[in-house]
Amino acid sequence: MGGPEIERLIGMLARLPGFGPRSARRAALRMLQQPEARMLPLAAALNDAARAVRPCRLCGNLDSRDPCSICTDPHRDRSLICVVEGVGDLWALERASVHRGLYHVLGGTLSALAGTAPEDLNLPPLLARIEQGGVAEVILALGATVDGATTAHWLSERLKPLGVTVTRVGQGVPIGGALDVLDDGTLAAALRARRPA
Amino acid sequence: MTLRLTRLTLTDFRNYRSLVWRPAARISAVFGPNGSGKTNLLEAVSLLVPGRGLRGARSAEFARRGPDASGRWGVAGRFATQAGPMEVGTGSVPDGTADRRVFRLDGAAPRNQGEIAARVAAVWLTPQMDRLFVEGTSGRRRFLDRLAWALEPSHAREVAAHDTAMASRNRLLAEARTDAAWLAGIEDAMARHGVAATAARAGLVARLNAVLEQGAAAPFPAARLALLCPIAERLAAGPALAVEDWLRETLAANRARDAAAGSATVGAHRADMGLADAESGLTAALASTGQQKALLIGLILGHAALIAEARGFAPLLLLDEPCVHLDPERRAALFAALARLPAQALLTGTDAETFFPLRGVAEGLRAGGGELRPDEGFPAVAPVPGAL
Repeated sequence: MGGPEIERLIGMLARLPGFGPRSARRAALRMLQQPEARMLPLAAALNDAARAVRPCRLCGNLDSRDPCSICTDPHRDRSLICVVEGVGDLWALERASVHRGLYHVLGGTLSALAGTAPEDLNLPPLLARIEQGGVAEVILALGATVDGATTAHWLSERLKPLGVTVTRVGQGVPIGGALDVLDDGTLAAALRARRPA
Repeated sequence: MTLRLTRLTLTDFRNYRSLVWRPAARISAVFGPNGSGKTNLLEAVSLLVPGRGLRGARSAEFARRGPDASGRWGVAGRFATQAGPMEVGTGSVPDGTADRRVFRLDGAAPRNQGEIAARVAAVWLTPQMDRLFVEGTSGRRRFLDRLAWALEPSHAREVAAHDTAMASRNRLLAEARTDAAWLAGIEDAMARHGVAATAARAGLVARLNAVLEQGAAAPFPAARLALLCPIAERLAAGPALAVEDWLRETLAANRARDAAAGSATVGAHRADMGLADAESGLTAALASTGQQKALLIGLILGHAALIAEARGFAPLLLLDEPCVHLDPERRAALFAALARLPAQALLTGTDAETFFPLRGVAEGLRAGGGELRPDEGFPAVAPVPGAL
């Protein structure tokens, strides 16, 4: 089309999540049309981020500081740790500003079919933090998939003997939702997650 | 109670290079010799709802073969519904692998396939189902699940989640992994999704039997359906959450036995379906091939009436060779029931004469050479509402 450089660029973009061959071609073309304004600053940002950003040794969050800015934030409630599957989930909770405690990024969920076993998960730093003391509650904010629910069940069995309260994010009736349109599984989850009115 | 297919467009699908068909009646009888493309037409319509269609084929098998074939395929249906016209399309991905299939709803990618299942439903009967009661339970369970899915679109998700959890447990047991907490987590998922799936199956069976008792399939002989499953028996006697606890405990207690057997010996995946003639009590397992076929047809007619009542629209009825094995009396009853039901129906057969009793109600189409031609033996009938 326009030389191996362009093909390589499109090929690398197309491997990114959210991109396909067509969107990769569009993005590459837009950048190549304005290399000074779009491409070189992007290349510099990629370079800087690749060199500076590392997983936090305490929680697994991605940050240019280690420990990360959340772990070192003095205004955070250090007795509360929210366990999430990935950094994307941590970002989603931060965007919602609903959790003022710390996080722990598990780096995946248990999956017998995909071959993800307990030893593949980033669990030891969480156990170490709990054993150091000061953690009162661990919130399991994992997806409502089979693997997410299985991992939450397994994790709660691992953490309860350590003397912390283990809770799970609620599942059930959505905000603004009516009961008669919910499927049986969601209704059962909502009943299981009932609480005093 | 409207769900009417008003236009079907096939592109490089099976033996159809390019076909645009506008159904001209609520009932369409398609006939022609073997290999003329009758079942392919029904299969195309069955692909407008999520799933692998009435042959259970893979996407790569749908593309037309030949020197001028593109290797890609597409099926698009325009429907008239109470909420206005709607278009559903499915086909292979232009840039993707041959086995990847995508959906379009009104020209845009739906958020998930459930969005389509919520608006279109189809139920089918194929000659392969003549063996439903001589083969293993899995075929009958799939048949029952498809009926339940048409009534409750979320049922497919529960069954899939249960089967994923079960496959995970089988893998752990086969690998002799003894992490009790991991197994307990998987068994918890099996119990939750298995009980939800069983509740949907039991709900379908109860409601379907109720409409059949009220004569929904009349004058076709009514069938009576039964769900053969210990989880369903417990659900009938106690609350779902207690049944989940029982199933969880049973699975935990059976780990060694299940490891030896290679699969869980108790669970929603062991459910079976029983079918009997409502009047004589003759069970399908003991019935002749023709009687079995009649029982299934009675069930499907009742199901169409149930979906119409429960969801506000009747599913599309796709009946491939429905008259084979039926005696003249039952054929007449089938045609009378179809004429009475609100559902749109597509029927196939080898000869036009079979469908002559439907003249005045149905259109007759001759299939062959990748085309459909109106048959002169069938006079024009009132057009399908909303047809363009």
